[in-house]
Formats: sequence, structure tokens, C-alpha cells
Amino acid sequence: MRGNPEAHELLAPGNLAAVLALLAESPGEWTPIAGGTELMVAHAAGRLDAKKLVSLWGIAEMRFTRSEADRFVIGAGATFGDLRAHAELAAELPLIAKAASWIGAIANQNRATIGGNLVNGSPAADSSPAMLAYDTEVELISVRGTRRVAYSAFHTGYKRNVLAPDELMLAIHAPRRFAKHRQYLRKVGPRRAMAIAKVALGATALVENGAVNEIRLGAASLAPFPTRLHKAEAALQGRQVTAETIETACSELLAEARPIDDIRSTAEYRRHVGANLLKEFLLELGREPVP
Amino acid sequence: MSADWPAIRFIVNGESRAVRVPAMKRLLDVLREDLRLTGTKEGCGEGECGSCSVRMNGELVNSCLVPVLQAEGAEIETVEGLSSNGALHPLQQAFLECGGAQCGICTPGMLMAATHLLARNPHPSLAEIREGLAGNLCRCTGFIRIFESVIAAAGSTRGHRGPADHAR
Ligand SMILES: Cc1cc2nc3c(=O)[nH]c(=O)nc-3n(C[C@H](O)[C@H](O)[C@H](O)COP(=O)(O)OP(=O)(O)OC[C@H]3O[C@@H](n4cnc5c(N)ncnc54)[C@H](O)[C@@H]3O)c2cc1C
Ligand code: FES
Ligand code: FES
Repeated sequence: MRGNPEAHELLAPGNLAAVLALLAESPGEWTPIAGGTELMVAHAAGRLDAKKLVSLWGIAEMRFTRSEADRFVIGAGATFGDLRAHAELAAELPLIAKAASWIGAIANQNRATIGGNLVNGSPAADSSPAMLAYDTEVELISVRGTRRVAYSAFHTGYKRNVLAPDELMLAIHAPRRFAKHRQYLRKVGPRRAMAIAKVALGATALVENGAVNEIRLGAASLAPFPTRLHKAEAALQGRQVTAETIETACSELLAEARPIDDIRSTAEYRRHVGANLLKEFLLELGREPVP
Repeated sequence: MSADWPAIRFIVNGESRAVRVPAMKRLLDVLREDLRLTGTKEGCGEGECGSCSVRMNGELVNSCLVPVLQAEGAEIETVEGLSSNGALHPLQQAFLECGGAQCGICTPGMLMAATHLLARNPHPSLAEIREGLAGNLCRCTGFIRIFESVIAAAGSTRGHRGPADHAR
């Protein structure tokens, strides 16, 4: 059944302060809507529960990408089209631009925001593995002020996160220190664009003096929410990349992954594909000449 | 009843328009029902098919996923705005000549996506055309004739040696 537009209220205060004041007035009552590419699909199907919506679209304070000396600050309202078009970001943190190119076709990328992707919190969200691999932080804002949280601690359960009812995601802080890292992002799904991933892995690693000095593995669809693979990381940290460490890391991944079964795939399949992706990344990493 | 809704104003194909409709009404329905611009089509109603594609402030968007309040103050371009004084737009002419339209349901969206592509990239490669139109589905033509129409309208494309090249 199609949704009835008269059953929903939508306001567009037009600036951040006014939106935050509205959220603070009656916390939990208003649902933000940015590009609407999640919420309007729910609306079309008649399953949009939110009765009161407040628009974030067109608020310039949320749609920006700023380069600072040690980081990129990406507004939560930046669209995936914006991120693909940002040459400096695409050159330094290519996994973000790569993921952005997957979020549907052009018309969807022109509306879909990074904040909407992360807050929506699908276990399969395409931008999440890169955000985890790059050790990003998310900046949250309310009338009470701003706070920063590691993105790896943002999701707390299936479609649950640390946002308070009066808070918005304002920005993502992505450190600019990955130039020497090996970077990897691969999604396994029916096809590259316009298809929901069965499994995806994003990874960054720095090999120094033959040993893994720093590694981050970010996975989609290997848990009820996007997550780092801490055990597999620990199995590699400080070690040489050998057939044995690869074996150990993959079995750690198989042990720690707790994917869901759904119409797109089974948990068993996802775990094994996840391990294969990790193996592919580590084989590449092992081949890297020692600096 | 309808007069109870506050006016939402925007520009459609160069003309200022105002509508009094619920803020969550889809831009697609406002164009078709309130402004009688029925060129924009509904296929899936959920962002997958592109038959409702229009340009909003120069960006290609799917109007089925835009609540009309988010179009307030925007410049909207629909397929009705392509021709001028009865003369077809070169893309429309090319679709006619190359057989780029059969049943026609996808055509307005294809034309808007192609307009958007050529505005940014006047001589796209075949790969760029495929990417630019990837969100627009056609169940009739098999796409090849649509790609050929875009190539014909663009005059030439990088790395293009003739229509036979594209038929593969
Ligand atoms: C055709 C199509 C293809 C798609 N393909 C993909 C794909 O390949 N990969 C993928 O990952 N996704 C895909 N999506 C899903 C969707 O486009 C993305 O998740 C998008 O990034 C959502 O952003 P939005 O701004 O449109 O979200 P909205 O629908 O506006 O909002 C989504 C959620 O986020 C909340 N929200 C938004 N912004 C904020 C903020 N700043 N602070 C707090 N809460 C906020 C909203 O309240 C809502 O709960 C697709 C969708 C469609 C329609
Ligand atoms: S009707 Fe809008 S994308 Fe299909
Ligand atoms: S011409 Fe019929 S759907 Fe494209």
C-alpha cells in the first residue's frame, strides 16, 4: 500500500540551529530526512512510521567537504555525488570515492547522503567498510553542543546507534595519514552498482620492516551492523604476512563474524566469502615490497 | 481543503509555479497531477527505474523520492522543457531517428539522464554513457539503440569508430 502524504508532517526550517531547536523541543518526536532515498522508499511502500519529519536537505552547514592539515571533514549532508567529485579526497582516500560510486546510479548518488547511509545503519551499508578502515570519527550535534565518537563505536546493534533523540550527525572526520598504507575495498554482490552487498570488506594496513604495523578491517554484512574485525586484526598486528598468519587471521574472522541470514544470502556463505576477501587482501599485502 | 496547505514555490522549465499540496507529496505527483506535466513517468516508485528522472538545480534526481517541500525554490527541468518553439531537442530528434524509443515509458527519464550527461560531458565514451544511464531501465529496446541515440546527439564520442562498434 502506498503511503498517504497527508498523514505525514514535513518541515524545512532551512538552517541547522532551527532544526536542532525543533529536535530539542520534543526529543524523539521528529525524524530527520536528508536525501530521502531510504525514507521515501519506505513512504512509497506505506511503511514510513515517522509522522513528523524535518528536512536537512539544502542546509549548507551540513553539505560540505573541507580539507584540513591532518583530516578531511565531510559534512553528513554531503551526497555521494559530492564525494565522487572531490578530487583531493578521491586521490587520498580512494576507498570513499569507490564506495560512493556503488550507491545506486547517478540520480541516487545526487540525493543519497553519507550521513543518511551511516545513520540508517544497514548492516550492508556501502560506505561503512571504508569509514571503518580509515579510522574515522563522527561528530554529533545537538543544542547541548557537539561530541565526537569513533565511527567503530557508533553502531550499537541492528539499526541502533549512539545518537541521542535530539542529536544529528553533523560530520565525519577522516584522518589524512593513509598515503603509505595498502588500501582495499571489495564488495561481493549480484552486481557492482544498484545491488545490495552480500558481503563487503574494507581494509588499510601499513607494513614496516616486514611486519604489519597497523591494520584495520571494516566489514559490511558480517554482523548485524557494520563492524571492525578486531580479532582478525589482532592476529596480524606486529606479525609478518605469511601463509600461517593469513590462515590464523582467516580463522579468527570465521570465529568472530556473526552475520545474519536473509533473503540475499546465508550466514554461512557470508562468513566464507568474508574470509576469502581477507585472504585476497593479505596476499596482496604480503607481496608488497618491504620499504 | 487544498487551500489549507501553505504555498510551495519553485521554477519548472523556466516558469515560476506555486502549489498548495501536502509537503510530503512526491515531486513526481505534483508535476503530473497538480501541474499536468505528465511527460514525467512513474515506473517503480522506489528509485530503481529512473522513468521519473528530472533535473533539480542542475542535478539529475528521481522525482518519486523527492518530497515536494525539498524542491522549494529549486529550478526543475522536465522533459516538457527540452523542445523549444515546437523544435525538438537534438536528443529527442536522435531518439526518433535511431529508434531509441519503443513503448516510450522510459523515454522521458532517458532523455533527462542523457541531457544531464551531455551537459557535463559533451562527448562521452560508451562506458560513460552506460554509467550515465545505468539508473534508467528500458524493457523494450535492449538499450543499444538508446546508446546510439545519445552518441548521435553528441555528434561524436571518444574512441568511437561507428555504430557497429556499439552494437556489441
Ligand atoms: C535505487 C537505490 C539504490 C541504492 N543503492 C544503495 C547501495 O548500493 N548501497 C547503499 O549502501 N545504499 C544504497 N541505497 C540506500 C540509500 O541511497 C543510502 O543509504 C543513502 O545514503 C541514504 O541517505 P539519504 O540522505 O537519502 O537518507 P534518508 O532517507 O534521508 O535518511 C536515512 C536515515 O538517516 C537519518 N538521517 C539522515 N541524515 C541524518 C543526520 N545528518 N543525522 C541524523 N540522522 C540522519 C534519517 O532520519 C533516516 O533514518 C540505495 C537506495 C536506492 C533508492
Ligand atoms: S518511478 Fe522513480 S525511479 Fe522508478
Ligand atoms: S521504450 Fe519501452 S521501456 Fe524503454
